[in-house]
Amino acid sequence: MTLVEPSRARTAPPPPKAVSPGRQVWQMFRRNHSAMAGLFILLAIILISLVGPSLYTVNPREMVWMPLTPPGQSEYVLGTDYLGRDLLAGLINGGRVTITIGVFAAVLTVLIGVTVGAMAGFFGGRVDNLLMRVTEFFQVLPNLLFAMVVVMLFGPTLVNISVAIGIVSWTSTARLTRAEFLRIREMDYVKAERSIGAGNARLIWKVILPNAAPPLIVVAALSIGSAILFEAGLSFLGLSDPNAMSWGRMIGDNRPYILDSSWGVTFPGLAIFLTVLAISLVGDGLNDAINPKLRQRQ
Amino acid sequence: MTALSVRDLKVHFPAGKGKVVHAVDGVSFDIPEGTAFGLVGESGSGKTTAALACARLVEATAGEVRLGETDITTLAGDAMRRARRDIQVVFQDPYASLNPRERVGAIVRRPLDLMKVGTPAEREARVDELFATVGLRPDQKALFPHQFSGGQRQRIGIARALATHPKLIVCDEPVSALDVAIQAQILNLLARLKAEMGLSYLFISHDLAVVQHLCDRIAVMYLGQIVETGSRREIFTSPMHPYTMALISAVPSPETGLAGVERIRLQGDPPSPIAPPPGCRFAGRCTFATDHCSKVAPVLTATGGNHAVACHRAQDAEVAAARNALVQGAPSG
Repeated sequence: MTLVEPSRARTAPPPPKAVSPGRQVWQMFRRNHSAMAGLFILLAIILISLVGPSLYTVNPREMVWMPLTPPGQSEYVLGTDYLGRDLLAGLINGGRVTITIGVFAAVLTVLIGVTVGAMAGFFGGRVDNLLMRVTEFFQVLPNLLFAMVVVMLFGPTLVNISVAIGIVSWTSTARLTRAEFLRIREMDYVKAERSIGAGNARLIWKVILPNAAPPLIVVAALSIGSAILFEAGLSFLGLSDPNAMSWGRMIGDNRPYILDSSWGVTFPGLAIFLTVLAISLVGDGLNDAINPKLRQRQ
Repeated sequence: MTALSVRDLKVHFPAGKGKVVHAVDGVSFDIPEGTAFGLVGESGSGKTTAALACARLVEATAGEVRLGETDITTLAGDAMRRARRDIQVVFQDPYASLNPRERVGAIVRRPLDLMKVGTPAEREARVDELFATVGLRPDQKALFPHQFSGGQRQRIGIARALATHPKLIVCDEPVSALDVAIQAQILNLLARLKAEMGLSYLFISHDLAVVQHLCDRIAVMYLGQIVETGSRREIFTSPMHPYTMALISAVPSPETGLAGVERIRLQGDPPSPIAPPPGCRFAGRCTFATDHCSKVAPVLTATGGNHAVACHRAQDAEVAAARNALVQGAPSG
């Protein structure tokens, strides 16, 4: 602490500075090295996916070299797959599709989960009972099998795959949202809003949801990662959009040749691993930043 | 004029398996305009539930709550929203009653926004005025609740309650979560606002000393019912009900910090509000109780002035002797 000169101390104090809850979270997050590393990896992957295809212009669908060429033995540094397509071009172009499916499915997961959980938690009673039975129904269905059925019934397009992933993975978000709503709806500031004439819609979306948001943001971030893994799983089983190149589809395509040319599955696998890892680091960092007390207790 | 008139208010909650919690069981009182009415009682006496029912934050099972001329227990939709302008609440815990994700200026402006009072510029000016009224600086409007102390937060809660020019403010233990030094500040602020604006208060507390400071009339609740009601002076100088006497004997004297007289210590806990006893609900803990007390429920009976008590033995010599012993040393209203 530095001493304040007497002449300055007598002047009026500067107007206080507002510290928003969001700003506090960012300050905590910035101090977390692994979370920041995750954020940089994620931003790099997104940047490569966005501008990479216009810098590295090899067509990922075209046969450019001998099939199953190992890495480093041609101008195509990561080698080629069983159709002689450039793996590096595949990785650069596949990122867009993979991340898009991940984000879209996660958005769907959050939309369904938050809506169901908010209604159940806010209204309680019969509404809660009904919605929770529906949630349990979706929980007991085998996820992968159910998603496969949906994709097979409606066709393996990007939209259908994302929707299938969203439909099978919203249940835990719904439960978390419900628990948060049950907790927050009893707070005095909710009663205070009611006493100044706020209606149910305002209470749900403008008062309770923003206060329930922190854990939901973490779950939303992490669910992008699990959606990417889910998409890879579906692709591995052959359920991928034939018109779109994704990392999962590259693994699925090269699966039969895994013993002769491991690089065909290794590189897209590494790309998925790195992306999901980065998302997890960011998600955990957010969790720590949002709940600093939780961390101190450990 | 009567600001609030409550008649035979009942609030019952289902407790599962067909059982019912009789949280508030037939409570009636009137609050004249410009006065403060104190509702005291221990935890579980139903005082907070009664207060929340008056602000329609809890639904009444039966009875009337008249705010001016209208019974607000039957209002719906827009009519209820309009009525809420006239009755506002200051909550107990200033750490829980302000939305942590909103700037305090927005919190205080919210009632005006929701009730569409004036233009946005007028609302902003009103917020500045309210901040000044409760002793905060308008330049603190942009801050978030976590940047304030408990006492400051309670001032913000009061500013929010004042925003729509209400006739009546329900204060639900507004100082019990604060330090003693801060309690006095907030009580003085409430007293000043009452004098300046002609506000009426329904003031809930478990602390008679706090009620004594602010309230013109006092009702003592026990297990969902009012057992004694009267002016501050009547309650403190001639308590009629043995339960009121026990409460007054527990008020610390300002000189010693100890109870001014020998404390009347109550044994045991209040009976369950799920199955209240048939006779006087206080009989099980009352030193003066007779067989008659535990069989027949006493009704609230006027004893002169505004004073009324629900006790079979209030006029008996034994109780009067205890009252005299208590009043000798107790602080007077």
